[in-house]
Amino acid sequence: MSAPAGSSRRAGQGLIRLIALRVASALLTLLMVSAVVFTISGLLPGDAAQEVLGQTATPQQVAALRHEMGLDQPAFTRYFQWLSALLAGDPGTSYVANMPVKAIIADRLPKTLTLAGITAAISVVIALAIGIVSAINRGGRIDRVLNVITLSLVATPEFLIATLGVLLFSVKLLWLPSIAISSAGAGWSTVLRSLALPVMSLTFVVVAQMARMTRAAVADQLDRPYVEMARLKGVPFARIVLYHVMPNAIGPVVNAMALSLSYLMGGALIVETIFNYPGLASLMVNAVTSRDMPLLQSCAMVFCGVYLAMMLVADIIAILANPRLRA
Amino acid sequence: MTGRFIGFLRALPGSGRIGLALVVLWLVTAVAGPFAAPYSPSAFVDRTVFSGASAQLWFGSDYLGRDVLSRLLWGARYTVFLALGAAICAVLIGTSLALVAAIRGGWTDEIISRAMDTLISIPSKIFALVLVAAFGSSLWLLLIIAAITYVPGNFRIARALAMNLIALDFVQVARARGEGTAYIARREILPNMIHPLLADMGLRFLFVVLLLSGLSFLGLGVQPPNADLGSLVRENVSGLTEGAMAIVVPALAIASLTIGANLLIDALKPGGRK
Repeated sequence: MSAPAGSSRRAGQGLIRLIALRVASALLTLLMVSAVVFTISGLLPGDAAQEVLGQTATPQQVAALRHEMGLDQPAFTRYFQWLSALLAGDPGTSYVANMPVKAIIADRLPKTLTLAGITAAISVVIALAIGIVSAINRGGRIDRVLNVITLSLVATPEFLIATLGVLLFSVKLLWLPSIAISSAGAGWSTVLRSLALPVMSLTFVVVAQMARMTRAAVADQLDRPYVEMARLKGVPFARIVLYHVMPNAIGPVVNAMALSLSYLMGGALIVETIFNYPGLASLMVNAVTSRDMPLLQSCAMVFCGVYLAMMLVADIIAILANPRLRA
Repeated sequence: MTGRFIGFLRALPGSGRIGLALVVLWLVTAVAGPFAAPYSPSAFVDRTVFSGASAQLWFGSDYLGRDVLSRLLWGARYTVFLALGAAICAVLIGTSLALVAAIRGGWTDEIISRAMDTLISIPSKIFALVLVAAFGSSLWLLLIIAAITYVPGNFRIARALAMNLIALDFVQVARARGEGTAYIARREILPNMIHPLLADMGLRFLFVVLLLSGLSFLGLGVQPPNADLGSLVRENVSGLTEGAMAIVVPALAIASLTIGANLLIDALKPGGRK
């Protein structure tokens, strides 16, 4: 606070440098991830030309198609061609749909982001509440009960929650539709109703992990001497938690939120499939089933990119929230 | 031995005992399930599909009129043994790499750690999907794919554990004696990190069960005529809209195994919860 202006400017520069480094390392990781994805799905599985033509093709036909598909080029060249096409925003044509991969993803991605966004908004609030309540009562009965509940939920497969949701809300109570497709002209309430069960299933899966990590971060702060000091000074407990503990716990908590949101992607695979929701995750599952490699690679890269971006945002928030990391 | 076991049970909290009971139940089912099955898993025993519970069919019939209980008792072995195998492989590979990286240090450590950091930046289910698309999903491949998927996670834990031990005197002494990497890994470091490693193996087991049943549910895991618990959920998904028992029971079965494992692991955690 009382530092001279010069040193605070230097601290600001250090901060920018730190964030720039973090961004650069995320981009480098993404580049290496792309190499892994391409090696596994593009180089290792053998001859795509042979597979397209089937066993009856003559060697000449196979050789011709290999040349046409660029498979006769060295692996390194193929990777860079693939990567530059991806960076140029044109990751090729889907084998199966015979459409540009870009158009397909542009249609599906917003749907998954909608689902994920609503789920994230709901689960962050619930997780914060559960995490703080159990941290405050740590060791107590409420904490132990919440511990067993979140432990169980973390280990519960998404399809069980989805199934039980359908059983309760569409079969027994007849409140909600069991399929998340709504026709184009449907009104808001219909769309929201069709999203309710998928969002609920995903929320259950994500909240548990998030709440556990929030609890750990808050409990860690509550054990610090400054909390004891504040209590001895007679600061009301709610104020200690909100104004003293939370600002200190915000870094780890945000990190926990971002980490748990990665569960959303795994969860979306199952939930989109079970509810026939036309998002990116169900698209990727279809691409695996039909071995549509260009489509699969692009879906994988989108998911990895989103995941790394979330980690990056979490780290930057942690840097900004923690004065010690700025030095 | 029995005395120690009873003492161990006493020390477990209630949730841990429930977890232990569930895990043991599923291990026994995986081994003995087929002998206890009342019908053949492929026999058509009911003329109505998706029937409810009855005295003959405890858990009703599936989408083809087969006995859900019998299919469950047969399916458990795929789920349990594949997951056990994959978890053990993941820990063996991850920990070996971690020990080499930690003991050798320098460039070896740098390269292995960077590679693992890259792999861990790919969400595990996405990674597994790419592997399945590339290589297919026979039983052996599934085991290997699940193992590879969870190697980086175990590597990270094992390397951190090993790094803490390497700084200690007895490792330095062994180094000064001129012992090689393999000796230091096996005799000095490994014995001191075995407990957290076992806990991590339990956690990997849980993840693999969820991963493989998820894959099977998507139709990308265990292929017919074999069926693990996830396949049973998938087969009967058409019964979802009528709330059939045939889909709820296998889903509950998987959950009881994974929840049980998680409760047990949590109860065994050293030091308990802060």
